[in-house]
Amino acid sequence: MPPAPDAPAPAPATPLSGRPGLTALVAAPPLAFVGLFFVFPVASILIHGLTTGGAFDPVAMLDVLRRPFVLDVAWFTLWQAGLSTALTVLAALPGAYVFARFDFPGRRLIGALAIVPFVLPTIVVAAAFLALLGPRSPLGLRLEHTVWAILLAHVFYNYAVILRVVGGVWSRLDPRLEEQARMLGATRWQAFRRVALPLLRPAIASSASIVFLFTFTSFGVILLLGGPRFATLEVEIYRQTAQLLDLRVAATLAILQLIALAALLFAYSRYQRRLAVRQRLVSRLQAARPPRTLTEACLVVGNLLVIALLLGLPLTMLIERSLAVQGGYGLGNFAALFGESARGALFVPPVEAIRNSLLFAAAATAICLPLGLLAAAVIAYRRGLLPDAFDALLMLPLGTSAVIVGFGFLLALGRLPIDLRTSVLLIPIAHALVALPFVVRATVPLMRSVDQRLRDAAAVLGASPSRTWRQIDLPVVGRAALVGATFAFAVSLGEFGATLFIVRPDAPTMPIAIFRLLSQPGPLAFGQAMAMATVLMVVTAAAALVFDRFSSGASSAV
Amino acid sequence: MIDTIHRILNSLLLAALLVSCAVAEQPILSPTAGPTASQVPATPVPPTELVLMTHDSFAISESVLATFQRETGATVRVLTAGDAGSMVNQAILTRESPLADVLYGVDNTFLSRALDANIFEPYRSRLEDNVPPQLDPDDRERVAPIDYGDVCVNYDRAAFDSALAAPTNLEQLTEPAYRSMLVVENPATSSPGLVFMLATIARFGDEGDYTWLDYWADLRDNDVLAVSGWELAYNQHFSGGPGAGDRPLVVSYATSPVAEVYFAEPQPEEAPTAVMTDGCFRQVEYAGVLAGANAPQLARDFIDFMLSPEFQSDVPLNMFVFPASTQAEVPPVFIEHAAHVAEPLTMEPGRIAANRERWLQEWTDAVLR
Repeated sequence: MPPAPDAPAPAPATPLSGRPGLTALVAAPPLAFVGLFFVFPVASILIHGLTTGGAFDPVAMLDVLRRPFVLDVAWFTLWQAGLSTALTVLAALPGAYVFARFDFPGRRLIGALAIVPFVLPTIVVAAAFLALLGPRSPLGLRLEHTVWAILLAHVFYNYAVILRVVGGVWSRLDPRLEEQARMLGATRWQAFRRVALPLLRPAIASSASIVFLFTFTSFGVILLLGGPRFATLEVEIYRQTAQLLDLRVAATLAILQLIALAALLFAYSRYQRRLAVRQRLVSRLQAARPPRTLTEACLVVGNLLVIALLLGLPLTMLIERSLAVQGGYGLGNFAALFGESARGALFVPPVEAIRNSLLFAAAATAICLPLGLLAAAVIAYRRGLLPDAFDALLMLPLGTSAVIVGFGFLLALGRLPIDLRTSVLLIPIAHALVALPFVVRATVPLMRSVDQRLRDAAAVLGASPSRTWRQIDLPVVGRAALVGATFAFAVSLGEFGATLFIVRPDAPTMPIAIFRLLSQPGPLAFGQAMAMATVLMVVTAAAALVFDRFSSGASSAV
Repeated sequence: MIDTIHRILNSLLLAALLVSCAVAEQPILSPTAGPTASQVPATPVPPTELVLMTHDSFAISESVLATFQRETGATVRVLTAGDAGSMVNQAILTRESPLADVLYGVDNTFLSRALDANIFEPYRSRLEDNVPPQLDPDDRERVAPIDYGDVCVNYDRAAFDSALAAPTNLEQLTEPAYRSMLVVENPATSSPGLVFMLATIARFGDEGDYTWLDYWADLRDNDVLAVSGWELAYNQHFSGGPGAGDRPLVVSYATSPVAEVYFAEPQPEEAPTAVMTDGCFRQVEYAGVLAGANAPQLARDFIDFMLSPEFQSDVPLNMFVFPASTQAEVPPVFIEHAAHVAEPLTMEPGRIAANRERWLQEWTDAVLR
């Protein structure tokens, strides 16, 4: 990096603008990673699927697309994802406000715990939801096999994405802006709509796009809670690859899904650019205060109630199931899980599954965080078509069928000099692919929001570009990076689909262990699965709290 | 092997901490299992590792695997590859350069597909003499039957008494007395679901006055519930399962009652669930030497080993299926509580492969639309 200590040249608009060489250097590692572990494998399997009789035959796609079920499935996929995303934003936005603006007892704990649902394997969540909404519903609700069960589960899963990403930005918006609006006679709603909302739009769009991707490619929730009458493209791709063994149809559907998502993401990043507003950010400590009026107290309590009902109730059901033993309650399932005599469907002791999960999550986070920060810098600091396309590309793994990626690994990675096809490293690599968009999404809005005048001032005072970046940009990015890292860690802990379809050494993660326990009849296996799910919840909550500690350390340093 | 994994992961963990400077000063998540006595693998001729590719339900006692390792001096590396269907497809995709030496877990519903793709190297173990011939449909000796299980309707004993006896045959399931009682799995997403569909096809036939589709139409009129997988059907909807659902009849396995006893604390005298032995369809699992295997001799040894009394006797309580070999010692709990199906329904694997997609579509149209 060329230092410019004594000649304050005209400051660059952003740390990367006007520096194509440096930009390429920064973009190279994430690009190489996504190229090698996503584009290459996925392209290989798609080409393989569309090859008939030794010749690549993309026209075969048209035959598949003409089948009547394709349109039905595509339409259902689209509308349930749109509706799920809208509902999640509506449910979580007030929560983000409360967590950003008010300080109340238990705030950090609840904020950290909100991420727990996000990691739970769908099969466990299905058990909890069926206990709540199924045949023996304590609420008297029967929603199993309806679209409502799907929507509710999607909100349950993704609430934390909006809460944390939007809340993270909101907590650093200067509260005086809204206060001034209130003083000038605006109602709370008007102050939100006219002042806060425009400033938050980038973060909302950013997190909502992730939720959309997640629900667009929803698999387990649809299968388990929606029942066999509902199918998304993802479910259909799984059926075609694993059951019917028809890679041609699977490849066509995967391409359809990729095209739809790529178009959507590209449009999103164009839109996102127009939204970015430079603003003054403050430390989070300054922004949050205890609720003062009755309305404020009601807001806080109301949102906590929503969280308790929406997230707390299903989680409580799980814990209840894990404690249920023959003839009452007890710790028998946990003892069976950790005891020497652990008889069960597991090939390895459950404790090993916990350790595997933690190691994979740490490795995935280690791979993902630096790549994500580099990618975010390119997207935040450069303008134009290429960075937008880059942004969309990074998001695509989130929207690609896990079966397709897993099968693609087999075809593509055998052609490399080192045969990685059965390497244990593939698991953290796959997890990192899925987690990358979270790190990027959490960081870009904050990177963009840094007031350019601060950088100009630093340059005028003689700071080199790298020093400016370190001292002005980095502290802001630090917290966002930790939000991203929390998600990366959590995504990895809970990742099931991609792990399942990778040919892997017998080193089961917690979700895989739960899945195995649940595929076994008998009261002990089910109890142990629930106990293991509870352990997964606790580990995730602990990880979230640890990350939360770091993040407050980072923000107090600002 | 595990040591290598740990070493790699430990160093990655370290990298994680170095990369994220905020994390650097905090205590590590303590990966206590450090590498123990590290073995330096000498460059081996012949190969000293056998790679077994299998599905996620594979389980066997470690001590049994250790026997093979002791006898051959080779280590066994187990690769799991999703459910049986994706496992077969992955083996086919990698046929040019196989990932493993032995593939275990392909069943008769996927067998034809695997055989047609020529992924196996013919090998006949002399221990196959101990396997009843009806379990072995492959006359070209490419695969060996390892185990079998019957997919049957299970019922919750508590739900039936002298007023309403448990059903004894498939036809009864369409009677009003058993309305809203049966939960089945979607054959398009579940292995027992597919097998149960095949059972109805084997019983009622594909053509005639009353076909299998007529049977399903009657089941549908009788309010059959179809869910996506066994876990949901058994654990959530079945009244005899842990979720205490509201349906006393479920499509499961003839061996499910064994697990109800074996995995209970304390173990009951009689299983709370039982099996309707009519309309059961036999699912057989096979193993074969993969063509182009790295260690073909070890692979053949491993097939022998899988058919040996030691391995075969360990199969029942690990995977809850019956051993294929008549020489195996079946544990008493198994003999006592598993249902023994004298004449299970079967179907030729080639017929399954040829019609699978059409049948699934017809089932979907008849039951779900």
